[in-house]
Amino acid sequence: MSHDHPHHHDHDHDHDHPDPHAPRKDLEDTPPTYHQALADAVAELLIEKGVFTGGDLRNTIEYMQGRTPELGAKITARAWVDPAFKAKLLTNAKEAAAEIGIDTGPAPLLVMENTPDVHNVIVCTLCSCYPVFLLGKSPDWYKSREYRSRVVRDPRTVLSEFGTDIAPQREVRVHDSTADMRYMILPMRPEGTDGMDETQLAQLVTRDSLIGVIEVSAPA
Amino acid sequence: MRFSVGDEVRVRWATPPGHVRTPYYCRGLSGRIERICGQFHNPEELAYGRTGDTVVTLYRVRFQQKTLWPDYTGPEKDTVDIEVFEHWLETAQ
Repeated sequence: MSHDHPHHHDHDHDHDHPDPHAPRKDLEDTPPTYHQALADAVAELLIEKGVFTGGDLRNTIEYMQGRTPELGAKITARAWVDPAFKAKLLTNAKEAAAEIGIDTGPAPLLVMENTPDVHNVIVCTLCSCYPVFLLGKSPDWYKSREYRSRVVRDPRTVLSEFGTDIAPQREVRVHDSTADMRYMILPMRPEGTDGMDETQLAQLVTRDSLIGVIEVSAPA
Repeated sequence: MRFSVGDEVRVRWATPPGHVRTPYYCRGLSGRIERICGQFHNPEELAYGRTGDTVVTLYRVRFQQKTLWPDYTGPEKDTVDIEVFEHWLETAQ
C-alpha cells in the first residue's frame, strides 16, 4: 500500500484530496445493470412459482464454480496412459468421462485428438459456447470478438500469438462450436514423460491446451 | 436424414431475420459432411419459445480454409469444421 501523505490515526477523514484508504464500494453502491436486474427478477419469479428453490439455485452456482480445468486434465492424463479409455473418449466422451466419475454436462461432448498430422483448436464464432462442465468459466479472450473472428480466418497467426507455431506439414483444424456440440481438445503427450504417472501427467495439462491454443510441454 | 458422411454439400445462401446459428462466413459455400451429430430442436424456433416436437438433423461440415477465404495464406490442407442444421444444406452442384 502506498502512502503519499503522513498517516495519523487520530486525524479526521475530512480530506479535500482522494483518500487512499477510502473503502471499496459494496455491490449495492452501484446501480444494477439492465441484465443484472433482469436475471434477479427471473430468478425471483422462478423461485416464487416453485420451479426451483433458492437452495437449488445456490447448489447449482456452487457446483458450476467447482468445475475447473483439472477435470479436463484428469481425462487427458487417463487417455495418455490407457489406450482403451482413449478410444472410448474419442467415440463416446460422455460415457468415458463417467467411468472416471466426471460429469460432462447436458450437451454432447466431442473430444478432438491432436496428432503429428493435425492440430485442433476450438472457437465459438457466434457467441461463446465452451465446455464449461470440464474447464469451468471461459477466459475473457475466448469470448472476445478478436479471438472469435480471427481464429477462423487466420488461425496460424492467432496460435503464434499464443506462442504456438504449428509446422506447415500439420493441418490446423478449427472447430466452430456453432450449435449443440461442445468440444475439448486431447493434446499430444509430450516427449520425455515416460516415467511420469497419471497424477504427474495431469499436472502438465492446462486449460489453454484443452482449448487448443497451446501444446503441452514436458517439465523443464 | 438427407445426407451421409462424405457427401459434398453447400450451405444455402440466405439472410433470414432473427436467431440463426449458421455463421455468415460459410453461407453459399461448399464442404463435406464430417459426421452426423444427431437430432436437435431447431434453435431458430427455440429462440422464440416454440419448443414443439419437431427436431432437425445436425451435421458437422468440413470446409477447406481456401474455400472460406480465397486469400487464406496458410497451407491448403487447413480446415474449419462447422455445425450446420439440415435445412441450411443442399446437395453441392
